[in-house]
Amino acid sequence: MSRPPTASELDLCLCHSCGLACDMHDEPHQCPRCDAPLHRRKTNSLGRTWAYLLAALAFYVPANVLPVMNTMMLGSGADSTIMSGVLEFWEHGAWDIALIIFIASIAVPGVKFVALSMLLITVQRGSTWAQQQRSKLYRFVELIGYWSMLDVLVVALVAALVKFQSLGDIEPRPGILFFGLVVVFTMLSAMSFDPRMIWDTPPDKELMDDPIQQ
Amino acid sequence: MSTPEQLIICEHCDCVYQKALLAKHQKTVCTRCGGVLQRHNGLTVEQRLALSFTAAVLWLFANFYPVMSISLQGLKNSATLWDSVLALSQGPITFMAMVAAISIIIAPAFQLMLLIWVLGFALTARRSPAFKLCMRWLETLRPWSMLEVCLLGAMVAVFKLAGMLDVLPGIGLLALAVLSLLMIRIAGRDIRDLWDMP
Repeated sequence: MSRPPTASELDLCLCHSCGLACDMHDEPHQCPRCDAPLHRRKTNSLGRTWAYLLAALAFYVPANVLPVMNTMMLGSGADSTIMSGVLEFWEHGAWDIALIIFIASIAVPGVKFVALSMLLITVQRGSTWAQQQRSKLYRFVELIGYWSMLDVLVVALVAALVKFQSLGDIEPRPGILFFGLVVVFTMLSAMSFDPRMIWDTPPDKELMDDPIQQ
Repeated sequence: MSTPEQLIICEHCDCVYQKALLAKHQKTVCTRCGGVLQRHNGLTVEQRLALSFTAAVLWLFANFYPVMSISLQGLKNSATLWDSVLALSQGPITFMAMVAAISIIIAPAFQLMLLIWVLGFALTARRSPAFKLCMRWLETLRPWSMLEVCLLGAMVAVFKLAGMLDVLPGIGLLALAVLSLLMIRIAGRDIRDLWDMP
């Protein structure tokens, strides 16, 4: 089956904000319909995606090692990390909730690190391997991205509720800050990645460097 | 060649297609990368505006009524969404309070205000003042609005606490549940259809 023409072949450019197919004949800098800046490819996509991804990876360590909250019950306090929260549910037989937290907090960021690095490396090598599947993988990464925020919101709610001074008190701990940063940075990383690069084989240096803006 | 308004470019692989008219439950898919190009949306401007007002009322309920309350040996406490943001704001983790505030309170509120603004004018087939700016902000806000995550978080919190004390879901939780589902329906990407109005 022959593939349809691409936007660059027709000298068109997709506006990211309103979705208009813009005519690039006179090299406009802005979308004629919504005034958003036009880029044939996201600006400096590879560099930005790597940078956000590595920043997220660096925060992933303290996010999992440091305690995310402290539970004080009748004078005895205990710090808990994300993994110990999962294990606690598991030991109490609530395997379904343990699974939800495990997927949202540990598996999803892990999958994002692996998937985005794989996408970045294959794009840099100009690989034509499994392009359609890689496209699908990117859409999946975008879809699951923000669900990792789950733990931050759980800790926030629980900490807001349990405020009984000496009888019982739950407080957030710095781990949750790093954890939230992991989520924000992986989201930014996925947003900076331009899935159209998967199909730019061989890699089109001119498009990636974005001649319109510079 | 057809005019740019009749063309559609796949955002995932840059392929160019003619726009198609879709019937109920239909969508168009890119033949090269499999990404969705267009999805049918059955909502008219009137319906969308009505749902936006509904969502705005639900937002008020979700924010001013407690999401849940707990009791421990006669002591009672309840928390709203704002309370949980404040719980994060103490100590060195204040930055997370800001992220949480944006994702569960501020972003949805702005989305709803912008929607009501542009749709209210669209009702009379006019473009609202600052239409371009509003539409671009709707695009920017979408990924940072995380009400459905908040809903799941609240449910996990219920189970987390149910082990040590009595938990009672509040009106806020119910409003949050309906609101998060509504937002998926009304604040999605098909709002871009408004650009095609004269």
